[in-house]
Amino acid sequence: MGDNGSVWLPDPGTALAGEVDSLFWFVFWTSTIIFAMVIAAKVYFMLKYKRKSEQEVPQPVEEHKGLEAVWIVLPTILTLIVFTWGFDVFVKLNSAPPDSYQINIRAQQWSWEFSYNEGATSYTELYVPVGVPVKLNMTSADVIHSFYVPQFRIKQDVVPNRYSSVWFQADEVGEYDIHCTEYCGTQHSGMNAKVMVVSEEDFAMWIAEQSQDLPPAVLGEQVFAQCRACHSIDGTPGIGPSLQGIYGETHTFTDGTSAEVDDDYLLESIVNPMAKVREGFQPVMPAGFSALSQKQLDGLVAYIKSLE
Amino acid sequence: MSHSANGSVNYLNHSKGIKSWLFTLDHKRIGVMYLVAVSLAFLAGGILALLVRLELLAPGETIMTADQYNQSFTLHAVLMVFAFIIPAVPAVMGNFALPIQLGAKDVAFPRLNLASFYIYLIGGVIVLSALISNRIDGGWTFYAPYSTSIGNGVLYVTAGVFVMGFSSILTGLNFIVTVHKMRAPGLTWNRLPLFIWSIYATSIVQVLATPVIGITMLLLFMEKFLHIGIFDPALGGDPVLFQHFFWFYSHPAVYIMILPAFGVVSDLMGTFSRHQVSGYKFVALSSVAIAFLGFLVWGHHMFVSGQSAVSSIVFSLITYLIGIPTGVKVINWVQTMYKGSVQLKSPMLYAIMFLFTFSIGGFTGIMLGVLAIDVHLHDTYFVVAHFHYVMMGGNVIAALGGLHYWWPKMFGKMYNEFLAKIAAVLVFIGFNLTFFPQFIMGAQGMPRRYYDYLPEYTIYHQLSTYGSWVLGAGLFLIAGYLIASFFNGKKAGLNPWGALTLEWTHTTTPPDHHNFHDTPVVTRGAYDFHLAKHLFESGGEVTELDLGGDGAATHESTVTTEPVA
Repeated sequence: MGDNGSVWLPDPGTALAGEVDSLFWFVFWTSTIIFAMVIAAKVYFMLKYKRKSEQEVPQPVEEHKGLEAVWIVLPTILTLIVFTWGFDVFVKLNSAPPDSYQINIRAQQWSWEFSYNEGATSYTELYVPVGVPVKLNMTSADVIHSFYVPQFRIKQDVVPNRYSSVWFQADEVGEYDIHCTEYCGTQHSGMNAKVMVVSEEDFAMWIAEQSQDLPPAVLGEQVFAQCRACHSIDGTPGIGPSLQGIYGETHTFTDGTSAEVDDDYLLESIVNPMAKVREGFQPVMPAGFSALSQKQLDGLVAYIKSLE
Repeated sequence: MSHSANGSVNYLNHSKGIKSWLFTLDHKRIGVMYLVAVSLAFLAGGILALLVRLELLAPGETIMTADQYNQSFTLHAVLMVFAFIIPAVPAVMGNFALPIQLGAKDVAFPRLNLASFYIYLIGGVIVLSALISNRIDGGWTFYAPYSTSIGNGVLYVTAGVFVMGFSSILTGLNFIVTVHKMRAPGLTWNRLPLFIWSIYATSIVQVLATPVIGITMLLLFMEKFLHIGIFDPALGGDPVLFQHFFWFYSHPAVYIMILPAFGVVSDLMGTFSRHQVSGYKFVALSSVAIAFLGFLVWGHHMFVSGQSAVSSIVFSLITYLIGIPTGVKVINWVQTMYKGSVQLKSPMLYAIMFLFTFSIGGFTGIMLGVLAIDVHLHDTYFVVAHFHYVMMGGNVIAALGGLHYWWPKMFGKMYNEFLAKIAAVLVFIGFNLTFFPQFIMGAQGMPRRYYDYLPEYTIYHQLSTYGSWVLGAGLFLIAGYLIASFFNGKKAGLNPWGALTLEWTHTTTPPDHHNFHDTPVVTRGAYDFHLAKHLFESGGEVTELDLGGDGAATHESTVTTEPVA
């Protein structure tokens, strides 16, 4: 993956990720050494004490109390070390600095919505300033999701009807993958996004840009990012129908009725997707989009109309 | 089948016709029927696994759609966990060998035993029909509210699992009573084969843990039909509560899956080293201790679920209480070979293999028990690899060892030992090639239950898929030569491995319908080979029963009533 990544772990993106890695390597190497010793003993005994004659009946071995104590006490000490160490890092992973910059995340099937206190909203990219602790306050609109950034070594379930949080402080400007790691349906493996770590100046500029009043179709294009897992805009059918040039077409539905695609139809299909299900597609669209603001909905309709 | 080669009357041929099987109360026949049923479940689950791996050969769509993939891995998991692994060792080998090892003519409640088999079948049919007629995806964990948002399928699956659970409870109860009340004269607790100890510990877990899945099912039904908010946030319920209920059953269930494997491996290590199992009392009692402690660690599946950090810390600590005795057991098994007389027959190859694969499963379990590391590894392929190393590298490898060990006694035929060794090597290579790359991609950040993946993970997925083909080839080879042994296998002797437990020393091959003509009297521990030298004096395969009367052995054993501790 990155420059400093190994075969086992991706390049750490935060200082805390580095601490998790140290612990990982400690457990990895102690385990590997003990494992190698056990396997070496196993192979040695296997060969050395191979049955020599069918009459052979060995005498029982006097058990060696001292040796037994060693392999009870030693693993106990080692596991207590890793427990305490793991506990210490876990507490750090769970303690966001009080001055953290806060961003709200709303997860739904199968997209992420990142809302900033300055009024900006983004969908496929979580913009954050470099070198600043960032705390994410997360909730879900439907089922349980889980927010995971492998390079930051952070993961937290995102649960409906309650808030959970996670924090990180990225050291370097760059892009980092976000995955959903709690199974959430058909497009679970498509519920990805990116953390965009940018300089503080770039971040301020981005926020300012986002917070301006955008023309509806441009806002709609941004909101549409969360529809892309299922709807293409180039004519290829996905989980849902492609939305290229559909405005004005007449669509047939699974119940045999048909209707022309107009503004009302588009709006209805977003907020109440089961009302009219297009023929040839499964009724699998999540209902959560009814929670979008009126402005966002207007933007979406304008954007879909503009697709040719 | 077998009676043509074996002139004698035995449990397989003393009565004929399909009815004599379907209504049999003979624990051995019930064991054989379980063997057929769980083998079919393993075949179906295995084919699904091969399909899942084939889909993952390349990113994007390979052979199936996302929905088909999601349902395939779910069906694979449910079949393997509930219809295969949980009943495999206790119901097949436990039923066949446990009463004979105890010197009993049958289990304590033979009718209940037959009922358990049919309850298992009915539960299996309910689960299968629910899975086929409903859209069910998301894996065997069925986390709410996703599982309840996709229709009523999850209700029927839990109902089926609940019914199968009764089979588990009744079998467990049966075995507990049998072990307590039906041991042959002289068979003290300290002389019991470790297989019995482990099945006994498993039975305790089956009886105590399985009801929880029933409670969960009742709560799901109450929520669905009475609209009482329990798990569904839309009704004011708490979805994390579902996870607590689920793991309160399913974590102990993990011990239902692994403890019997400990027993099989202990018997194999002792017999094929012709040596006392090192730390006998420790191995025996720690199985029972693990059975109880297994109830206290369910929260280690939930470190990032939103449960309180304090709970997570406590669960992490208790997890190590189980980890340490388990590690010491591995050392005991290795030590059993020390100054022993090791014979590498195919069942022993599996025991040796188990020490390798199960140890990797154990060490990665320690890794996952570390709070801060688990945050990174949770719900990635690292976890998938870990539990396959424990469930398959532990339970299935041990079960294969047990099957090769008891097969001659069960059916009176020897399989082709040369092919068996080749198959064991194929299984070992295939297994590691399939699952080891999954550790690496998991640590790199590849989430589990993903239909599609980023291109950088392709190489690991490809290795894993190639491995699944080698593993599949090994398993089909095993099925092939075992079935072939029915028709043209060499006649098996009374005690081809030179084992000391009663099914080898006191019954014919295959055993008589009533196991024993006379109640056996036990004069030594299960692994006191030094007290049974007379069996091995001829230098060939042990071909005579050891029906007592040997004054020297009896005399010697009274001196050392307790196994050397």
